[in-house]
Amino acid sequence: MNEKLLLEDGTELEQVFCRPDTLTDVPYHYCPGCGHSVVHNVLMEVVDELDIQDKTIGVAPVGCSVFAYHYMNIDMQEAAHGRASAVATGIKRVLPDKLVFSYQGDGDLAAIGTAETIHTVNRGENILIVFINNGIYGMTGGQMAPTTLPGMVTSTSPYGRDVHMAGYPLKITELIAQLPGAYYVTRQSVHNPNAVRKLKKAVTKAFEYQMQNKGTCFIEVVSNCPSGWKMTPVETIKYLEEVMFPYYPLGDLKVPKE
Amino acid sequence: MEKELRTEEPRLMKGNEALAEAAIRANIDAYFGYPITPQSEVIEYLMREVPNRKDKKTVVLQAESEVASINMVYGAAGAGARVMTSSSSPGISLMQEGISYIASAQLPCLIVNVVRGGPGLGTIQPSQGDYFQATKGGGHGDYHLIVLAPASVQEMADFVFDAFRLAEKYRNPAMILADGALGQMMEKVVLPPDGGLPKTPAPWATTGKTKDRNHNIITSLFIQPEEMEKVNLQLQKKYEDMQSEVRWEEFQTDDAEVLLVAFGLSARICQKVVDLAREKGIKVGLLRPITLYPFPYKRIAELSEKVEFILDVEMNAGQMVEDVRLAVEGKVPVYFKGRMGGMISTPEEILHEVESILEKQNVLHD
Repeated sequence: MNEKLLLEDGTELEQVFCRPDTLTDVPYHYCPGCGHSVVHNVLMEVVDELDIQDKTIGVAPVGCSVFAYHYMNIDMQEAAHGRASAVATGIKRVLPDKLVFSYQGDGDLAAIGTAETIHTVNRGENILIVFINNGIYGMTGGQMAPTTLPGMVTSTSPYGRDVHMAGYPLKITELIAQLPGAYYVTRQSVHNPNAVRKLKKAVTKAFEYQMQNKGTCFIEVVSNCPSGWKMTPVETIKYLEEVMFPYYPLGDLKVPKE
Repeated sequence: MEKELRTEEPRLMKGNEALAEAAIRANIDAYFGYPITPQSEVIEYLMREVPNRKDKKTVVLQAESEVASINMVYGAAGAGARVMTSSSSPGISLMQEGISYIASAQLPCLIVNVVRGGPGLGTIQPSQGDYFQATKGGGHGDYHLIVLAPASVQEMADFVFDAFRLAEKYRNPAMILADGALGQMMEKVVLPPDGGLPKTPAPWATTGKTKDRNHNIITSLFIQPEEMEKVNLQLQKKYEDMQSEVRWEEFQTDDAEVLLVAFGLSARICQKVVDLAREKGIKVGLLRPITLYPFPYKRIAELSEKVEFILDVEMNAGQMVEDVRLAVEGKVPVYFKGRMGGMISTPEEILHEVESILEKQNVLHD
């Protein structure tokens, strides 16, 4: 920051913005239009702004964002599918003064890891759980997720999700919000700049609550998967607004009484 | 364990409780577990005792499942803590996913398996039916645990220290493999000294990235095959180095014509068999592997040169006997005597087996 840049023509420029130290200089591997990179940026910007890089430990998920630790320049642990919140519990319990978050997708958190998720929140583990819900299994090639909407076509629901056969989309965040251990539960998105700003505020709050030992903070980010949904990035934004948000309404589900 | 460090009077304790007390004295940072018979006294003891030790900051947490507990162990071990869990056979099966990840991520920790009869839900009675699972990987991929097999309540306590020492030296999960009887029985035990196990530095741990180092990453994901092979070769090299840690115990093998090989409680029973046999003039000796991984192949091979035959005794359908046969390489006959489902062979039964093999051999010799 504040370094002088000298251009070839002799112009001197003052650098006022650069990649924060909390992000590594590694290009994201995500598909064009995918929300993961934006959420990564938001998380690390908050870590940077709160100056907690040396205190923050992340738990990376299984799925498309399995390499989150390549991009986030903080200490991180990779967890087995679904087990991120148990791993985060282990870290937080032995390092209670550090800030711990897990980053998990819908299959990870709402299918294979449902038990770990519910019990971690129910214990009120003083961590932040970031839940990326794009209603599909992106990495394995677009199979049905617990959060896949009725009628939504995926490779394992090729005629659209039939709720009589496959059950209903799991509103796991609504379930989580009921648990006494949950302190702050919110549903956000990154589909436009305004939403990104709101997410950033939520993440900042969550880290601040964690510093005050308030209990589990849970942030769902309803996101998109252009490849899995077989849509252009622009089409996915429309789909989010018209189809996903009515089922997964954005906003706070549980806020602390202040 | 250094004998001179022990200053306390002997106590009468249950195996599970002696193990739990040793864990407190080993200054564990955390225990994560889930109750299951016949080892629930471990978590019960820790829950009861830790809050009374003002100098101890040990985390003791009852997880929602064995799956969660082993992943809590993974997280805590990755954060540089001295951490353990304990369970019994069906619970250990649930932990296998996590154990494979821990082995791959090269994290030290202690996993205690107080074995019960199986397969499946099985019985709560003692067994040694988890030998394969403990020594041959258990979860997916090419890996090994350091496996210690106690044969007394004293060793249930002592091996906690040994297991952590080895686990931290090699950055590898260690397992104490005991059967249900060792967990439940009460014996005299002289406990290891409190705080007698210095902490190993863990510069690789995720404790928060400081300015003076790169970020630490704990992972078992190596998606490029070249990289994955490199990690595997490194693991194999580590297992080779571990061979120097092999430990066993021998009883009256000097002049033995018949060699018994047994671990854990079976070895305790076989000590009695040695005495009974020698009273009858049959020169029986016993080799008891203390580390099941690494396994004392070399010593068994040496002894096999001097004996008529080997009888392997276990509380299972014959698992370690495969390693014994590998060691012997067909030089002498290797027989097996085992009982399953929570049943334990009596010394008399085993002696009878020795005698009938001898009889059979004599018939062949005549």
